[in-house]
Amino acid sequence: MDAVEGESKYYSTQGMPKKEEGSSVGIKVLFFARARDLTGLSDVRLEVPFGSTASDCLKELAVRFPGLEEIRQCIVLALNEEYASESTVIKENDELAIIPPISGG
Amino acid sequence: MADEDRDLIEILEEHNPVDMAKYINYVSAPQAGAIATFSGTTRDTFEGKTVLELRCEAYVPMAVRCIKSACQSARSSWNLMSIAAAHRLGPVPVGETSVFIAVSSVHRDDALDACKFLIDEIKASVPIWKKEVYTNGEVWKENKEFLERKSELEKGGRDEYRCCRKQLESKPNGHGCCGAKVKIDDGCNGDTREAE
Repeated sequence: MDAVEGESKYYSTQGMPKKEEGSSVGIKVLFFARARDLTGLSDVRLEVPFGSTASDCLKELAVRFPGLEEIRQCIVLALNEEYASESTVIKENDELAIIPPISGG
Repeated sequence: MADEDRDLIEILEEHNPVDMAKYINYVSAPQAGAIATFSGTTRDTFEGKTVLELRCEAYVPMAVRCIKSACQSARSSWNLMSIAAAHRLGPVPVGETSVFIAVSSVHRDDALDACKFLIDEIKASVPIWKKEVYTNGEVWKENKEFLERKSELEKGGRDEYRCCRKQLESKPNGHGCCGAKVKIDDGCNGDTREAE
């Protein structure tokens, strides 16, 4: 993603080894409720450049699934089963969940 | 027994009705003078439209974590014996229960207040979704409690922010998440209350 290209050092937040520029991380993305209806999928693998944030993943998803734009403003994200900020840097094998407005209860 | 061992949290797979008696029995205890329960059931109409059923789905492992977190927050605010919370998945026909909460405590105030806190918390932050199916269409519902909490959830789950925000400060007039009640000092609680 454009925000990270050109930088030379990336450190993950949890002590993973430094990776070289140009490497990528693979994550699993989960779609629930309206997000699943819009993408037609309950989950998908996503490869993004090392150092990408959750926000970068969302941008990539919006390219692959333009329908997601409809709910872009009302979703929140969860990373590995915890609510996460869009600025969180993702790591290999993270599980990123797209959480549309919840309606349990 | 650790507090969390006295909490029962169940996300029920499709076609498993909520067995209210089971959860009430779970929280029953000789020391408990009060059991408060909340049952959320499918209404037959919404804004004039005839509702056939609800369909519920969840991000199950995260939903369990979030409910556990809410139970811990409730325990930090009230003197509770035991908590049971269940949410059904799949179709929930009109009149049937989609969510059930049972809380026991020595005196009734704790159980009643914690029970309300827990359902509000589930509405605001637990990743469960409900689609309302009408005779002429369907719609994913959106809880207003979630929309009110959204900016907090967007800050993420690091340290002070979790599924249920921890009580770092009290919000006297706050509603929703853990701001609903000022922390009780265990040492001076109970003596002045009437017994149930």
